[in-house]
Amino acid sequence: MSNEHIVKYITKGMRYDGRALDEYRPVSIELNVSHCAEGSARVKIGETEVIAGVKLSLEKPYPDTPAQGNLMINAELTPMSSPQFETGPPGEQAIELSRVIDRGIRESKAIDLTKLCVKEGEKVWSVMVDIVTVNDEGNLFDAGALAAIAALKSAVFPHVTEEGSVDYNKKTDKHVPMNQSPIAITVIKVGDRLLLDPSPAEEAALDARLTIALNDASMLCAMQKGGDMPLTLEEIGAMVDLATKQSKELRKKLG
Amino acid sequence: MAAKAVKIDYPKRHDGRGWEDLRKIEAKVGIIPRADGSAMFRIGHTVAYAAVYGPRDLHPKFMQNPETGILRCRYNMMPFSGHGERVRPGSSRRSQEISMLMSKALLPVLDLKEYPNSVVDVFIELPETDAGTRCAGITAAAMALADAGLLMKDLVTSLSMGHYNGRIMADIDGHEDCDVGISDIPIAYIPTMDKFSLLQLDGDVPKEDLLKLLTLAKKKAMDIYKVQQEALKAKFSGDGHNGKKVKA
Repeated sequence: MSNEHIVKYITKGMRYDGRALDEYRPVSIELNVSHCAEGSARVKIGETEVIAGVKLSLEKPYPDTPAQGNLMINAELTPMSSPQFETGPPGEQAIELSRVIDRGIRESKAIDLTKLCVKEGEKVWSVMVDIVTVNDEGNLFDAGALAAIAALKSAVFPHVTEEGSVDYNKKTDKHVPMNQSPIAITVIKVGDRLLLDPSPAEEAALDARLTIALNDASMLCAMQKGGDMPLTLEEIGAMVDLATKQSKELRKKLG
Repeated sequence: MAAKAVKIDYPKRHDGRGWEDLRKIEAKVGIIPRADGSAMFRIGHTVAYAAVYGPRDLHPKFMQNPETGILRCRYNMMPFSGHGERVRPGSSRRSQEISMLMSKALLPVLDLKEYPNSVVDVFIELPETDAGTRCAGITAAAMALADAGLLMKDLVTSLSMGHYNGRIMADIDGHEDCDVGISDIPIAYIPTMDKFSLLQLDGDVPKEDLLKLLTLAKKKAMDIYKVQQEALKAKFSGDGHNGKKVKA
């Protein structure tokens, strides 16, 4: 399928898989998919599948935030999940993905990092979220962000021994302190049309892309524009409306 | 993994299994639609996904072989899949060695002469682990290669055997491997050839016990072999590209 065909089709309001332009594929969330992680989730959007896992460890805080826990979000675009991805260190695509998801979670203050301080300036909990792609059928931004927040919501602290080291074989029932559940929705522009939940072929044909993270109160908490073409004010407004509406559907799934 | 120095008696298995029992196993073919072939294999809490891409052009060009296609495996633990702290992403000495051994274990059943200058890539990812990861990876990879429609002489089936103070056991788990210090003997077996294509051993085992242990390994490998075959049949006799789960 050439980009030209995709664009021609979309301009008529049609998609190759028969969906409406604003139609999302079925979404499923499965929790606790890895007993090794402190929290984990598998998210499927249509045939797109990602797994996110949370590991917790006791570390030194960063010098500029001595009384706060550390948060790190990393995404791996595995060569298993698409013929487009290669082995080796993360490329710019994987880096952008992890940074966009990171900002949604960090800027919405989803995790109460102050509650992760064990001893100021010395010891805090470090929260590490890894998002791994299993099958890329498009829209990894939304799938990755949803998996990350679902995994975080399910994460529990491991047991800490009297000497102060972590015993990963024993989990407590204490959850990671969460304030918000940001949901990221990506809207793409192809020709003069706006679409939700793009397939890889649609992603390849896009003119512009806007990923919008919304908090529990549907407040915008992070955005990232991608793609080569600029957007008008009206287009941005319409994209935010589409994202806001769709975020409510995903929020229901998150429970 | 290193064994603890203190050797204690091990009168029965901590999870109640018999000495020759495998953990619960499950296999599914066609789990990754983007790949040319794919499979999942679960044994207890060890889960391996395998995806096959190719035969496809091999780059860099100097690696190409005009006589035959080559097989390239990549074993990778997801960062949250280890016991203990997060596993740093990217390859390590351990993962590189395992990747190389996997290729050697799988190659005897393949004939890549039809695909000169090409590569068949096998990517193995583990979302959760409890010992026996290379074996689960090989078992999944063999199914994924068959799913990709490659010409194969047979499947390869793999499991990890254990030995402790004269006691032989099948499919040791993480507790037995790391905490108890049972000798770990991962093997891969090709049933129709009646040959082993992976053999490693950590620990001390007398020769008689090794031969006994390998005889048992063949028998247990056949149980896994059946599940692999059933999972492949389930996909190709079914309607869609997602095979049914096969359990044993």
